[in-house]
Amino acid sequence: MSASPENTSTTELTTDTAALASELFAPGVGAQAGPPTTPAEGTGVAPGAHSHGGPAPTGSPAERFTSTDPDAFGVPTGREETWRFTPMKRMRTLLDGAPSDAHLTWTTDLPEGVELTSVEAGDPLLKALPEPADRLAALARQRSGGAAVVRVKSEAQLDRPVTLGLAGTGSDDIVWGQLVIEVGAFARATIVLDHTGLARYAGGVAIIVGDSAQVTLVSVQDWAPGTVHGGQYDAVVGRDATFKQVVVTLGGDLVRLVSNVQYAGPGGTAELFGVYFADETQHQEHRLWVDHAVPNCRSNVLYKGALQGEEARTVWIGDVRIRPAATGTETYELNRNLVLTDGARADSVPNLEIETGEIVGAGHASATGRFDDEQLFYLCSRGIDAETARRLVVRGFFADVVQLIGIDGLQDRLMAAIEARLGALPGLEEQSVEQPA
Amino acid sequence: MSVLEIRDLHVTVGEGDDAKEILRGVDLTVRSGETHAIMGPNGSGKSTLAYSIAGHPKYTITGGTVTLDGEDVLAMTVDERARAGLFLAMQYPVEVPGVSVSNFLRTAATAIKGEAPKLRTWVKDVKTEMAGLEMDPAFAERNVNEGFSGGEKKRHEILQMRLLKPRIAILDETDSGLDVDALRIVSEGVNKTREEGDVGVLLITHYTRILRYIQPDFVHVFVNGRIAEEGGAELAEKLENDGYAAYVKGSTEVASA
Ligand SMILES: Nc1ncnc2c1ncn2[C@@H]1O[C@H](COP(=O)(O)OP(=O)(O)O)[C@@H](O)[C@H]1O
Ligand SMILES: [Mg+2]
Repeated sequence: MSASPENTSTTELTTDTAALASELFAPGVGAQAGPPTTPAEGTGVAPGAHSHGGPAPTGSPAERFTSTDPDAFGVPTGREETWRFTPMKRMRTLLDGAPSDAHLTWTTDLPEGVELTSVEAGDPLLKALPEPADRLAALARQRSGGAAVVRVKSEAQLDRPVTLGLAGTGSDDIVWGQLVIEVGAFARATIVLDHTGLARYAGGVAIIVGDSAQVTLVSVQDWAPGTVHGGQYDAVVGRDATFKQVVVTLGGDLVRLVSNVQYAGPGGTAELFGVYFADETQHQEHRLWVDHAVPNCRSNVLYKGALQGEEARTVWIGDVRIRPAATGTETYELNRNLVLTDGARADSVPNLEIETGEIVGAGHASATGRFDDEQLFYLCSRGIDAETARRLVVRGFFADVVQLIGIDGLQDRLMAAIEARLGALPGLEEQSVEQPA
Repeated sequence: MSVLEIRDLHVTVGEGDDAKEILRGVDLTVRSGETHAIMGPNGSGKSTLAYSIAGHPKYTITGGTVTLDGEDVLAMTVDERARAGLFLAMQYPVEVPGVSVSNFLRTAATAIKGEAPKLRTWVKDVKTEMAGLEMDPAFAERNVNEGFSGGEKKRHEILQMRLLKPRIAILDETDSGLDVDALRIVSEGVNKTREEGDVGVLLITHYTRILRYIQPDFVHVFVNGRIAEEGGAELAEKLENDGYAAYVKGSTEVASA
C-alpha cells in the first residue's frame, strides 16, 4: 500500500513543477519528446512532477520477484513490466542465453590495499549476494560460472581509484560476467568500470559496502557502436556507510542497466547519479530500485539524459520503496531529459512507495523537454550567439552530473566525448581550463 | 557618444486571440552620459519595455521603432543587440546549471569584444570587480545564478555590466530585494560605471529608494504601458510623497521605501 500525502504528515513531498520547469524547460514543449507508454502524469511529456499515492504508475509489484534460476522468470515477450520498454529483437540474443567462454579484455589498475581474485560457482560468497531480478541477470549469474572478486581491505584509504578497463573484443559470442566488489569497514575507495570496445555483454556487479565505508562506483559505458550491454548492479550498503554510483552511458547500440540498492544497517547513504546521451537509434535504459527497509537511511537520485537524432530512445525508471520499518528515511529522486531534435523519445517513470509516515522527507520529480528559452535568452543577452549558447547549456547539463565523479582525468575524457558528439564547441576548451578565482 | 531612441513602441504578449497589448506607444531617448529613471506601479509594463529592447522572444513588437545610433535594434538578434552595446540587468536572472560563472563571464566577454580577453588582465579585472561588489571569489566557481540569493543575483548582474562595458545599460529593478548594504554596494557599482565612461543608464524601479544613491537626470512615470509624466529628479520626490495615486485611479501603491 502506498501512502497518500494526507496520511504522511511528516513527509515533505517535493513536486515542484514550476521551479523545475522554470529552471530548465520551456513550458509546453515536452510533448515533442513523444507520448509516454503509460499515461503516468506528466512523464515523458510536459515538464512535471508526480503526485504520490494511488496506484503506482509503473505497476511495480509490491514484492519484486528474484531468483538465481533463469527459467523461474520464463522467457520474456516484451509485454512484462520490466521489459516493456526494451527493444526485444535487439535483446533476444542475450536472452536466448547461449553458453560461452568469451571474455572482455581486462586492463587493471589496482592500488595498494586492493586484491583481485576469483571464486568458483557455488562459492558461499555468491550465495550471499542479492538475487537476480530478471532473466538476463539470472543468466549472467549462472553462465559466468563464478565471479571475479575485488577486495578492498578494511580501513584502506586508497591513493587512487581502482580501475577495471573492460574492453569488448568484437566477437559475436556473448560475454557472461559476474563481478563482486567487497569493501571492508571504514575503507574509502573509488572503483571505475570502464567499458569500451564492441561486445555482447551481460554482466552482474555486486558491491558490498562495509560499515562506515565510503565507496564510489563509476560505470562508464563508452562502448563502440553495435554493442549490446545488459547489466544488474546490486549495492548492499552497510551501517553508516556511503555508496555513490555514477553511471555514464554514451556508447553502444542497446544498454540496459538495472541498479538496485539495499541497506544492511541503519544510517546508510546511497547517491545514484547518472548521465546518458542517446544518438540516432541508440536505446539506453536505466532502471533503479532503492529498497529502504531499515531506519535512518538516505537515498538521492539524479539522472540526466540528452537525446538527439531519429529513434534515439531513453528509458528511466526510478523505483523507491520505503517499507514500514524504514522510519527516518530521507529520499529524493530527479530525472531530467533534454530532447535536442525531433524523432527522439524519452520515457521517465519515477515511482515512490511510502509505507510509513515516520520519515524525514521523500520527493521525486521528472521533466522532459526542449531547451529552455529563458536560459538561451539570458546567455544571448550577454552577446553569446545562439549556437554557442545552446552548446553551453547542454555541456552544463551534463557537467552538472559528470563533475560528481570526482576524478579529473575521467571527467575531462567524458566531457570531451560528449562535446565531440555535440560538434566542436568554438573556443570553449581554452576557457574551461582557466579560472579567474 | 551613443543614442538609444524608442519611438511609439507598441508591444503585445500572448498569441492570437490571447494577445494582449502591454506597451501602448512609448517614446524615450537615452543618450550617453544620461541617467533616466523609469518609475511605475507593478504591472505597468516596465519589464516589458526592458525585455522588448533586449529582444526577448516572448514579446511581439506591433509598432514603432528602436534604434541605437541609427541602427535598427528590432532587426537584430538578441546577441547582436548585446554586441551593439545594449545591456539588460534582469529583474529575475536565470539559472544555468552546469555553467560556471567564470566560464560564462569569459565567454560573454569574448563574444562582446570579438576576441578572447588576455588571460592575466582578465583574471585581474574579474577579481577587482568582484571585490568592488564585495563578492566572495569562490563565487566564480558556482553555476550561473544557481542557488544564488536575491542579492547575489543582482550583484552578479552588475558584475556583468562592469565587465562587459555596455554603451546603454538598462537596469530592471536591480534595487528590489536588496538590503541597505547591498543597495549601497550595487549603486556604487553603477555610479562608478557612469563616472568612468560615457554610458547611458535606464534605471527601472518601483521605489524611490535607489534614487537616493543614484541621481537621475530625468524621471519618467510609467503607467499602463506608456509614459504618463516626465521631469527631473524633483518628480521622484513627488512620487515619494504622493505615490502613484495621481496616475492610477484608486491606486494605493506607494513609491517610497
Ligand atoms: N506572458 C504573458 N501573458 C499575458 N500577460 C503578461 C505576460 N507577461 C506579462 N504580462 C502582463 O503584462 C503586464 C506588464 O508586465 P511587466 O512588464 O512585467 O510589468 P512591470 O515590470 O511594470 O511590473 C502585466 O499586466 C502582466 O501581467
Ligand atoms: Mg518588472
